Amino acid sequence: MSTFKAESIHKQANTLSKETIDGEIATLNLGPTHPATHGIFQNVLQVDGEKILSSEQTVGYIHRAFEKLAERRPYNQIAPITDRLNYCSSPINNIGWHMTVEKLIGAEIPKRVQYMRVIIMELARIADHLVCNSVIGVDTGALTGFTYLFQEREKIYELFEEVCGARLTTNIGRIGGFERDFSPAFHAKLDSFLKTFPKILKEFDDLLTRNRIFIDRTRGAGPISAQRALDYSFVGPNLRAAGVDYDVRVMNPYSSYEDFDFIIPIGTNGDTYDRFTVRQEEIRQSLNIIHQAVNNLPEGNCYHADIPNFYLPRKEEVYNDMEQLIYHFKIVMGEMPLPKGEVYFSVEGGNGELGYYLISDGGRTPYRLQFRRPCFIYYQAYPEMITGQPISDAVLTLSSLNVIAGELDA
Amino acid sequence: MAKQELTNEGVLEQLKAQFGEAIVDASTPYDLLTVEVSTDKMHEVILWVKESASLKIDFLTNLGGVHYPDDKGREFAVVYHLHSLVNNFRLRLKAFLPLENLEINSIVDIYVGANWMERETYDFFGIIFKNHPNLRRILNEDSMDYFPMRKEYHLEDATREDKDDRYFGR
Amino acid sequence: MGKIEMNEKVEIVNGVEVINGEGFQLSSLDKVIASARANSVWPLPFATSCCGIEYMATMASNYDLARFGMERMSFSPRQADLLIVAGTISKKLGPILKQVYEQMAEPRWVLSVGACANTGGIFDTYSVLQGIDRIIPVDVYVPGCPPRPEQIIDGVMNIHKLVNHESLRRRNSPEYKELMKSYNIEVNG
Repeated sequence: MSTFKAESIHKQANTLSKETIDGEIATLNLGPTHPATHGIFQNVLQVDGEKILSSEQTVGYIHRAFEKLAERRPYNQIAPITDRLNYCSSPINNIGWHMTVEKLIGAEIPKRVQYMRVIIMELARIADHLVCNSVIGVDTGALTGFTYLFQEREKIYELFEEVCGARLTTNIGRIGGFERDFSPAFHAKLDSFLKTFPKILKEFDDLLTRNRIFIDRTRGAGPISAQRALDYSFVGPNLRAAGVDYDVRVMNPYSSYEDFDFIIPIGTNGDTYDRFTVRQEEIRQSLNIIHQAVNNLPEGNCYHADIPNFYLPRKEEVYNDMEQLIYHFKIVMGEMPLPKGEVYFSVEGGNGELGYYLISDGGRTPYRLQFRRPCFIYYQAYPEMITGQPISDAVLTLSSLNVIAGELDA
Repeated sequence: MAKQELTNEGVLEQLKAQFGEAIVDASTPYDLLTVEVSTDKMHEVILWVKESASLKIDFLTNLGGVHYPDDKGREFAVVYHLHSLVNNFRLRLKAFLPLENLEINSIVDIYVGANWMERETYDFFGIIFKNHPNLRRILNEDSMDYFPMRKEYHLEDATREDKDDRYFGR
Repeated sequence: MGKIEMNEKVEIVNGVEVINGEGFQLSSLDKVIASARANSVWPLPFATSCCGIEYMATMASNYDLARFGMERMSFSPRQADLLIVAGTISKKLGPILKQVYEQMAEPRWVLSVGACANTGGIFDTYSVLQGIDRIIPVDVYVPGCPPRPEQIIDGVMNIHKLVNHESLRRRNSPEYKELMKSYNIEVNG
């Protein structure tokens, strides 16, 4: 009879073990459709009682071929695809794509537009973290927090609707700025949101953060050390919970983030409790940034850069002004004077560094567009994080990693 | 670890000093040092920049492939984006592969996170990564018999019968 | 103790048509069972992508789907009445969706939420199934990308309409058997 060590399984590259000892090892299928996995991914687990010995993953159940689709579409039409990457925080994806194209063409964006972008991106980040934290609550059995926080998400949806008309997959903004200025209604709703949201967040916090049961449940569930996280190319709140303070907004600031004063929260163990509290603190820091942006928003009403060759003009101007009509026609028919070149640009998305690697050959559509998707890269570490843990902790780890299926499979 | 000021020229000189002939070409599009390395030396270069005390480029940001069907002899490119978190320096490395010999050494032993990224590149382009522990398709079905991201294949499924191409502008 | 006055002018509009009398109600079995089924549908949320988040928003407190009887979400197909497919279904996921549908017990309905589940949506690619009605029969389609929660509730209202007017014998009828055969789905009994 062979001796069976859990460590030897651990070092295999994510393959199931073929040994059994007196049939004590059970193979369990977690997914692809499972109430607790928020998204469609399959994990085949080998368990000894409740303890997981090894697991194997299958992904690709929502592979929608974004990269091939992007080679077919002109630059303006790629924004709706980027929406559907991390769809809980789609404005960040959109604005990241627009900034990639602006870097390619070398456009200068006015300060006011950059501050407006910061407001929208931080609202999207809050929305994403709200989903993740409430779902961690649901997976531990605390359903109340979910109902509180989704109410707040409705308020954020209303803010997005004021700017672009859509709630979830926003397609917000244009190459060069926004499609319209922030209306007085937007400012009024934003002010009321900033006044009322901290109280609701505090209520949610009071429910869970210092709750003895929640701490016992989540502390030690799915830990990862900082060095291992860096080996797996973790980014975002998951890496920060492991103790590494890498945030693209600070390391390579974009869109005037260097003007704002905020803290990067980090954790110690990299377990579920740390990921939860890091996201909670990031929500507060995002509120802080939005306050600063609103208070320091430059005067005037400019909402886009002066790049008529790339910025789709407003419909009123297109129907009334000959020049704008010509620009509109040229942009839509794909005669934008795009330079040849390759550019890599990254933004701090809800899950970390979302990168766009764009190779342009001067044509109407990109030659190659690759999305550096954080979920896809850090989900590889999941088997290592759950080895030796009970099954219920595996479920909790999965929801605390904030794996969004759209970003995983693209 | 103290932060060192790395410049594009400085890093390029260090790479040339260490590897000489293996550095085929270098440029800085949009201020990002892009170095073309010969295919058999790529693994060494990535290991050296990770362990070098002066560079400390030890974070793999991205790994992907590109297909250039018109460049005979250099049809496929594997592009690595690396980042030094301590020194805040980004580096892009490229290796070109001919269609007849689509093999390159895998870097899974340097960065564990390259595992799935290499599987995705294999799935899309058919590039074989030698010594990869589990090189099989990841996002597409296992039964798929072609590599969809190559330029000769269409976006739409070739076998579909529900949409008439005349009405869809294909 | 005073006399209890019956207000003769009250008309119950949305209830089951009954003939009232002292101590009895007369209606048809079809209508009573249909009404019971419609107001207590147990959904199985098969939420894959962005439409899944809008579905979660519909279940949450602002657009509350529970007031229509859909409080208890069943994740086991055996106990579910309504399969809500929200999100893109890829060709890899197709067989799994079909398996889930086959495991549901009669009577079962399917609500297809979102453009991707209806026809493949904006993803006319090699890996996306161009509509779930290529593998399972669908009762109601909700268009949108993603549809607003009000639209999803409208789709659910249409399902209720279908359930309310469905005959008890429908699942044994030859047309239904033809329909299942055209999808290669085995129907027992």
